[in-house]
Amino acid sequence: MLNDVTFGQYYPAKSFVHNMDPRMKLLLVIAYIVAIFIANNFFGLLLVTFVLLFFILLARVPFGRVLRSIKMILFLIVFTAVLNLLFYTGGENDIVLAKWWIITISWQSIINTVFLAMRLLLLVLGTALLTLTTTPVALTDGIESLLKPLKYIKVPVHELALVMSIALRFIPTLMEETNRIVAAQKARGANFETGGIFRRAKAMIPVLIPLLVSAFRRAEDLGDAMDARCYSGAKGRTKYKKLTFTWRDLLGFLFFAALITGIVFLNIYLLGRFDIIWQVQEWFGA
Amino acid sequence: MRIAAKGLTYVYNPKSSFATQALKGVDLTIEEGEFFGIIGHTGSGKSTFVQHLNALIRLTGGELKVGEYDLADKKCKVLELRSKVGMVFQYPEYQLFAETVKKDVAFGLKNFRKGISAEETEAAVREALSVAGLLYDEVAERSPFELSGGQRRRVAIAGVIVTKPEVLILDEPAAGLDPLGKKELMELLHAIHGQWCKTIVIVSHDMDEIAENCTRAAVFSEGKVAFCGTPKELFSRGEELAAMGLDVPVTARCAQILRENGIELDTDFTCGDFIGKVLALYRGDGAPAPCAGGEQEPAAARAEREEGAPALREGGEDAQ
Ligand SMILES: Nc1ncnc2c1ncn2[C@@H]1O[C@H](COP(=O)(O)OP(=O)(O)O)[C@@H](O)[C@H]1O
Ligand SMILES: [Mg+2]
Repeated sequence: MLNDVTFGQYYPAKSFVHNMDPRMKLLLVIAYIVAIFIANNFFGLLLVTFVLLFFILLARVPFGRVLRSIKMILFLIVFTAVLNLLFYTGGENDIVLAKWWIITISWQSIINTVFLAMRLLLLVLGTALLTLTTTPVALTDGIESLLKPLKYIKVPVHELALVMSIALRFIPTLMEETNRIVAAQKARGANFETGGIFRRAKAMIPVLIPLLVSAFRRAEDLGDAMDARCYSGAKGRTKYKKLTFTWRDLLGFLFFAALITGIVFLNIYLLGRFDIIWQVQEWFGA
Repeated sequence: MRIAAKGLTYVYNPKSSFATQALKGVDLTIEEGEFFGIIGHTGSGKSTFVQHLNALIRLTGGELKVGEYDLADKKCKVLELRSKVGMVFQYPEYQLFAETVKKDVAFGLKNFRKGISAEETEAAVREALSVAGLLYDEVAERSPFELSGGQRRRVAIAGVIVTKPEVLILDEPAAGLDPLGKKELMELLHAIHGQWCKTIVIVSHDMDEIAENCTRAAVFSEGKVAFCGTPKELFSRGEELAAMGLDVPVTARCAQILRENGIELDTDFTCGDFIGKVLALYRGDGAPAPCAGGEQEPAAARAEREEGAPALREGGEDAQ
């Protein structure tokens, strides 16, 4: 029942993007998100879309794999889009197309909905590309390294990163364990598939308790194993894989700097001079 | 219930890059009343196969009939089938969850027989625990988590046999047990076999266990049944087993050493039979022993015969 959940969707390949430093990729994803949110017109978003497509090609990840990441949050996108479409009302020069009770559909709301859906899609696809091209381990390494300055205000960055990588490491293990326990209880006649939500929740108890017990057991074993190998936190600990910035990261950085500049330019240039809403309204003769 | 599989195939995670073909056409028939062994290298598909037998894995390719249940039929009554085909997984003690042993053992019973009375439940639990070698009054009200590992495994087995399944499948039941625990487990299974559960299927790595206990055994290799037959037939093909990365029982290794010394033993590879045949040889009842120094040995053996069987060991050491 849990077989379809593939966690950590890393797509192994050799590419420019795969070889980039995880720290730079994290920073660039942040820049990418910022770019999506400061873009206040369709041309800005279009620019972001081109950049995304370019990077997907560069990463040599099949489009299908990237698109699959939408599946999980498709519901969320549709939900927010519908809400936005039905309940958003624009300013005075907005043209109402349909009105019923508290529901209004107007040009503004249609435009807004498309804009919002596009933003969300770009957001998800971009972050998916990060996880597709970066292993979870590299990702935690990157995060740890980026958060290092926080050490000076006594945030246990190394320990937090360790907790995160252990959690990542154990998700597949616990998933497998869950499958096994589910099978064992099914063999004893447990029924997880039918019944109301309350019954189903109750049916999960024979799975959750053994799972919890085993998670604690594993945690203890792991702790013992680390103790036995004299693990003592971040102090004096060196890295097996040192992160280094390369020319790829410089290129990526320059590219994104250009993107942000472009978007800011479009924002300023198009502001008040050209609005796609007018254009669309003109096209449809509204 | 007779189990008949024909051309059984199964692929994990089909249509993805992680697709693994675990079964590549398994043909196997297990008759009612057998104590059947399944052996094979890790990853040869043993667990995948046995999970098909009570529809924990739904049939996707080939045919499988368990008694009158046709697993290829989408409308096959799965719950009913599962009550008749009990399955003990590897490390079954990790599936215990209830606050008392009694409740845990009763879990399956209550699932399969909705509305069963409290008295009936208690009687069944009592019986199952006692068959599993535990005293009801001692453990019933305790938490399964305070018991020892061996006791927990017994509780887990009791939780499966409590419904008196016709077929009992055990996936590596002896894993992680000490030698005494293994011996007791096998005794338990023999006690169950027959009245409680007509057919027993056991997945095992331990060739001695298979040789000692099973009526027949199948060797799985790369998702197929490479060989199926009695332990006697099976272990006389030691080289083929070795090619599949499998061992033979101690008795078969001893028989091999004897064969290299020109002695052919007709044994079924159980310890009792093997020792019996060797003893017969040693005492000179059978074929003459052409070993070095063989002239003195029969005499020594004859002298020791009066002292009974325990002398065998000393005699054996002398011979070395
Ligand atoms: N839940 C699963 N998901 C994916 N592959 C699996 C799963 N379970 C088993 N496999 C694969 O199927 C093959 C057969 O496994 P299994 O039936 O467990 O073998 P055995 O019990 O003989 O060790 C192995 O290659 C294994 O990696
Ligand atoms: Mg197995």
